[in-house]
Amino acid sequence: MRFLISLLIASFLCIHAASSYAAIDVTLLKPLSGDDPDARIEAVGKIAALANEEAAMLLNALKNDTLYAKQDGQVFIIENGKAYNPETGKTSAPPDGIDGISVNNRLRGAVERALSGFTLFSPDRARRLSAAIELQKTAGIEQASLINKALETETDPEIKTILSLVAATVNLQSPEAAMRKAAVMSLATSSNAHLKPVLQKMLEKNPDGSFVEPDENVRIAAVHTLDALSSRLARTEFVGNMFYGVSLGSVLLLAALGLAITFGLMGIINMAHGELLMIGAYTTYVCQLMFRQFLPNAIDAYLIVALPAAFIVAGAVGIALERTVIRWLYGRPLETLLATWGISLMLMQLVRSIFGAQNVEVANPTWMSGGITILGSLVLSYNRIVIIFFAMFVVLCVWLILNKTRLGLFVRAVTQNRRMADCVGVPTEKIDMLCFGLGSGIAGLGGVALSQLGNVGPDLGQSYIVDSFMVVVLGGVGQLAGTIFAAFGLGEVNKFLEPIAGAVLAKITILVFIIIFIQKRPQGLFAMKGRSAE
Amino acid sequence: MNSSLYSRHAWSGIVIIAALLAALPIFNLIFPPEHLLHISSYSIALVGKFMCYAMAALALDLVWGYTGILSLGHGVFFALGAYAHGMYLMRAIGSDGVSQSRLPDFMVFLDWKEFPWYWSMTDNFWYCMALVILVPGILAFIFGYFAFRSRIKGVYFSIITQAMTYAFMLLFFRNNTGFGGNNGFTDFKRILGYTITAPTTKAALYLITLAFLVGALFLCRWIVHSKLGRVLQAVRDAESRLMFIGYNPLWFKLFVWTLSAVLCGIAGALYVPQVGIINPSEMSPGNSIEMVIWAAVGGRGSLVGPIIGAFSVNGLKSWFTAAFPDLWLFALGLLFILVTLFMPQGFLGLFKNLRKNKEIA
Repeated sequence: MRFLISLLIASFLCIHAASSYAAIDVTLLKPLSGDDPDARIEAVGKIAALANEEAAMLLNALKNDTLYAKQDGQVFIIENGKAYNPETGKTSAPPDGIDGISVNNRLRGAVERALSGFTLFSPDRARRLSAAIELQKTAGIEQASLINKALETETDPEIKTILSLVAATVNLQSPEAAMRKAAVMSLATSSNAHLKPVLQKMLEKNPDGSFVEPDENVRIAAVHTLDALSSRLARTEFVGNMFYGVSLGSVLLLAALGLAITFGLMGIINMAHGELLMIGAYTTYVCQLMFRQFLPNAIDAYLIVALPAAFIVAGAVGIALERTVIRWLYGRPLETLLATWGISLMLMQLVRSIFGAQNVEVANPTWMSGGITILGSLVLSYNRIVIIFFAMFVVLCVWLILNKTRLGLFVRAVTQNRRMADCVGVPTEKIDMLCFGLGSGIAGLGGVALSQLGNVGPDLGQSYIVDSFMVVVLGGVGQLAGTIFAAFGLGEVNKFLEPIAGAVLAKITILVFIIIFIQKRPQGLFAMKGRSAE
Repeated sequence: MNSSLYSRHAWSGIVIIAALLAALPIFNLIFPPEHLLHISSYSIALVGKFMCYAMAALALDLVWGYTGILSLGHGVFFALGAYAHGMYLMRAIGSDGVSQSRLPDFMVFLDWKEFPWYWSMTDNFWYCMALVILVPGILAFIFGYFAFRSRIKGVYFSIITQAMTYAFMLLFFRNNTGFGGNNGFTDFKRILGYTITAPTTKAALYLITLAFLVGALFLCRWIVHSKLGRVLQAVRDAESRLMFIGYNPLWFKLFVWTLSAVLCGIAGALYVPQVGIINPSEMSPGNSIEMVIWAAVGGRGSLVGPIIGAFSVNGLKSWFTAAFPDLWLFALGLLFILVTLFMPQGFLGLFKNLRKNKEIA
């Protein structure tokens, strides 16, 4: 197997490398078995820079612990009981008195970097691309000649752009000032965040007062590049925060929308709401299991089936709760709160008994995994994009149901004046039941979305319950628009605070903000006006 | 003590129960382990813990049962009292911790060289005792002032108290907050020079807890029977009407809310040395709601009820989690549902109804 890999690499090199055979110089080989760790790493870099078949073979041997050395520093690759001498290119029987060369983690890292550099010559475009992207983060000056060689032979424009940036990054460490200046200038189009500290370092002063970068022209170019890079990075970060904020907002919205119906319209404090989300997520899990068992070819479609299934299951659980417990407690909100908390405990334990206390694995369908890269380095994952659109779709459906259907009309009537609605013949009890079922079903849909983003476990709902209530309360009870604004607002504020304050403090700040906000406007962002306001 | 506080029957009942509870640690100390009358140290620790819970339930009942304010955040006051006392206990470890440093182990792990400012003077026991009262008291006062001033009530108040305890839990889970992160405070060695694990220290802590519980019961009883107590019940039953008569409910509510938080903080402070650990999970929203169910099971609005509730629910919990660990949450959930549906006045309400039915018949 190892031999195969080295053969494979060797064959790529045969195609691309200029020289097909070159013995490795003894001055490069000798430090490998020495004691000086820096010299060893330098030697690995120099060997890699040869970028030929011999070098690949040697580095692979080093990686696979098949490289041995004599006391005098002569090295041999021992494969299948034969010793190959890279210095002379001759194969012989293994000589006496050879020891395996020990490889520590640092050296191993250098070897792997060097080997991944060889991937730049792979005929597979995707592998070359990923190698180039990887090199952006890790490349060192010792790989300069390797990268330049790859740049000469590369034909794909995208990879070529990346590689030229990599080459420039590497050339920053070049000993020639002109080379460094050219590198700095060509980096002005990069959006690689790792470059920022490198450039900043160039502008710093040594303890003795001289600049780290001795040449003034290079420093001037570095200032320009740094400005361009900083503004590009700031823009990327801003767009990234916007996107993650919208994504978090859509998650909060899906989690809170059901609550906006049960709490907002019906006034029921449903502490088991989080568990309805969890039930939706577990329904997704079961759908996935079913597909895996019976329709493994159509596994990607499980999510489409999971949506109605989760709606129905969560809705049915909600209706059952409403009929058995909650309807006896209308008008006693504090008691409802306690009873539904009890329900949530039981549902959690029920799920724990059926599926176990561990998180279960829900995989994204293939059409949702991956993402698009914008602005050079920002990856917007497909699952988040899909969920943002899904949240909008659900909001639209809820709005249509509440405003354009007979059920919605009745729900609004019961919300506004229960007794009057009863008098004109609205079956209030049935409406209560359906409305609660609708809210619960939407929670189930939220659960499907959550299952695509995070862990699915029995405690899933607990982590969302406080957040969902905050969204509904902030948005103003009984106001769908308020809920939407509150969800996206909280998502954005959260994501923009996170880089400044850290995730936990951002969350605490938001909770404190909401507590203060409610003091000021107890009715929420969108206060109800008129008679229905208390 | 005002003799009209309780009827003669009730007095004798309270005295007998308190005496029985006080006798437990003495039985533990004077009888050897194999003796028939020996009470195990485990049971003493358990009852001691229950008494702290009972005090928290009592505090909660004062605001919920009598003033109609349902707090879902009393766990935070309990935990803050516990943390305030825990700071002293951590300082009292001295350099006997794992890291042999003057600083608590968790600070050594964080590579801190000095105590943060809020730890200054915490090596003084009485200063920490003052913190036990002041920290929950001031937090409750500020929070309550803003909440009651803008007339937040009912479920809104409950939800924001829950958000408050959740925020505090997140804050205390951070290592950099300086309260031990996940692990909180533990491994205490001594209190005021006495070894904390010694049976006599345990017995003394137990008796002090009992004294505080009885004291808190009398204090609450005195309050609810005074004119102040009547105003509080008026707040619960018809707040708007009370305002029209000319009272400003803000200060009444604020007083009882702050007092309740302080009592809860004291309960937490008594809890720490007996249980030997305090960590942020005490502030989880679930814990605070569990406190509510203690009060609800015993019977809210009755003072004795929450104490009975705390003992019975926690007794049940100890038994269940040992015998059927998987079923405890089912039982607790069912308890929540059954109590709210069928026993809105708790056990005591059930008794009252029985007695009333007998009188009618």
